[in-house]
Amino acid sequence: MTGPFTPGDRVRVVSTHPPGHRRTPFYVRGKVGVIERVCGEFPNPEELAYGFDGLPRKRLYRVRFDQTEVWSSYAGPAGDTVDVDIYEHWLRPA
Amino acid sequence: MSDDRGAHDHAHDHSHDHGPGHALHGHPPLQPDDTSAPGRHELMVLAMRELLIEDGVITADDVRRGLETLDSWEPVRGAAVVARAWTDPEFRKRLLENANAAVAEFGIDPGDARLTVVENTDKVQNVIVCTLCSCYPRAVLGLPPDWYRSKNYRSRIVIEPRQVLKEFGTEIPDDMTVRVHDSLADLRYLVLPRRPAGTEGWSEAELAAIVTRDCMVGVTNPGVSGQSLRR
Repeated sequence: MTGPFTPGDRVRVVSTHPPGHRRTPFYVRGKVGVIERVCGEFPNPEELAYGFDGLPRKRLYRVRFDQTEVWSSYAGPAGDTVDVDIYEHWLRPA
Repeated sequence: MSDDRGAHDHAHDHSHDHGPGHALHGHPPLQPDDTSAPGRHELMVLAMRELLIEDGVITADDVRRGLETLDSWEPVRGAAVVARAWTDPEFRKRLLENANAAVAEFGIDPGDARLTVVENTDKVQNVIVCTLCSCYPRAVLGLPPDWYRSKNYRSRIVIEPRQVLKEFGTEIPDDMTVRVHDSLADLRYLVLPRRPAGTEGWSEAELAAIVTRDCMVGVTNPGVSGQSLRR
């Protein structure tokens, strides 16, 4: 586990594809973004989904990605972004 | 939910067999809006509901009241919040800092969801999606429209947001940023649109009347004389 991160930190989403209920969308796995804000700590939904208590709580971040980083063929201007809510265990320093 | 909702007008007399003795449970039958044959997940929901009622965990009346509560949540609640933010700078500040606390001033309770307000500016157009399912700020906007839950919207708005916005009649110039928010976890987003020019001196109620649901999802922008850019 790494972090905690602070706004402005560059992070890379872990590129892994475990089975089960995962809240990190495929399209940002392996991509680099910037921490936009720390959202607080929440019970881990990936555990809650299976009837566990989701503890310990996981820190949730909002990570901002440049669209051109996420989609190599993105047609819009370079400044466009997609913000994604990602739990700490999916993030590594970049 | 099936996409062919409304395509079947026949009576609900053919599907999930309750078996003998069902009428003896004593709970009033629910009258579903959708009378088409239920899919697998819908059947599971129906079975779960019946078991919970049979075991006395909940009553049919609880279910009905829950549905009525959901139905009573409408976008006018969000519109009132936006109009207040346009006219009261202190409220706007509170709304952007801690939306749950701010909307509580309207008697709105987002529950466990962390309501997060993102503000449109002359540089940024925000737009909301949930690519995994259909997370939506229900406490302020009610139930999501069908297009919000469609695979078409959910996949394309992250890949080609400007094209999708254009289909809503919303053209974003290239010198503005389009910021898509994918609400995947415990946050629910609400877009605070820009107050349109020509509304100086309007009352909160007049302003709220031009704030549509789609404006607060970010696919359109409010316009004067009740016309958003979509129309």
